[in-house]
Amino acid sequence: MTVSPILDNRFREAAAAAGLLDVTYDLTDSPVGTLLLATTDRGLCRISFDPQPDREAEWLAQTFGVRVLRATKPVEPVRRQLNEYFEGKRTRFELQVDLHRSAPFSREILERLALVPHGETTTYGALARAAGRPQAARAVGTVMNRNPVPIVLPCHRVVGANGSLVGYGGGLERKELLLKLEGALQNTLL
Amino acid sequence: MALVHVPPFESFYVEHRDAVLRELRRTLGREWAEDAYQETFLRALRAYGKLRNADNLRAWVLTIARRVAVDQLRRREASPPVPEPATDSRPAYAALGELADDLPRKERAAVVLRYGYDLSYAAIGAALGSSEDAARQATSSGVRRLRRRMQ
Repeated sequence: MTVSPILDNRFREAAAAAGLLDVTYDLTDSPVGTLLLATTDRGLCRISFDPQPDREAEWLAQTFGVRVLRATKPVEPVRRQLNEYFEGKRTRFELQVDLHRSAPFSREILERLALVPHGETTTYGALARAAGRPQAARAVGTVMNRNPVPIVLPCHRVVGANGSLVGYGGGLERKELLLKLEGALQNTLL
Repeated sequence: MALVHVPPFESFYVEHRDAVLRELRRTLGREWAEDAYQETFLRALRAYGKLRNADNLRAWVLTIARRVAVDQLRRREASPPVPEPATDSRPAYAALGELADDLPRKERAAVVLRYGYDLSYAAIGAALGSSEDAARQATSSGVRRLRRRMQ
């Protein structure tokens, strides 16, 4: 590479500081593996497990705009709060989430999901009922599966009516790990 | 002509950054090239969201780089580097970081780019979509505002 890391980083951070980006993303390590974190002006717009950065950047560009760039600073608050969460020092995220590109039904379900507290679980059916759509448990499952910001919007706290873990976009092992971390598994049948 | 899908800026940037730096070093020399590099990609970034055709992005960005180089050579000929005016002396960056958050958007960007990232006024102008002079003004009025607040 001809461009030194210093020169490269200086451009990336300057581009972010100038407010010229639609999306900024970065990678971070966590107990559930490497995560990709992405933010827009409106807030956190993406967390992904096992990220393939090129594919993610493509998706971010199509969803939020083509000016997508990797940089550190804008995602720093997300990284910090996630670290605190994994260290057991944080039970609530204080982050804006950008759901403006989600469909209305998804957004409504995800906003209700955000209210499920740390250490507790709810069910697909309960979320559907809360949204006034008691028949929509399966649709709620689909919304959970496509949750753009897992962990922060806690779809891992949504389990089956019989307490089984059912499924998780990031894999059941991660769901179990997150619920154990939160001390929410003792009430749940595995 | 078929429209070619515009890639995320990240892929564009990674693909062409080495070629841009080589071109700038060739025309400006190693030392001056770094600032022109910032200016080139900030200009490209400003225009990038409006691109409809990604047909030949290499040629596009090299054109921007050459324009930046020409501008810089002209500036160097017109006025050898002058000491910065007193209002523009470097404030303590630590104090600046949080304080700058409350500045008007443009002034904030100018102050952070100048003192946080050490960009030239030409590069800041490229980032803000304004002239070098306007960038200088935004920076110094930002600094003055900060000074008043710190007193």
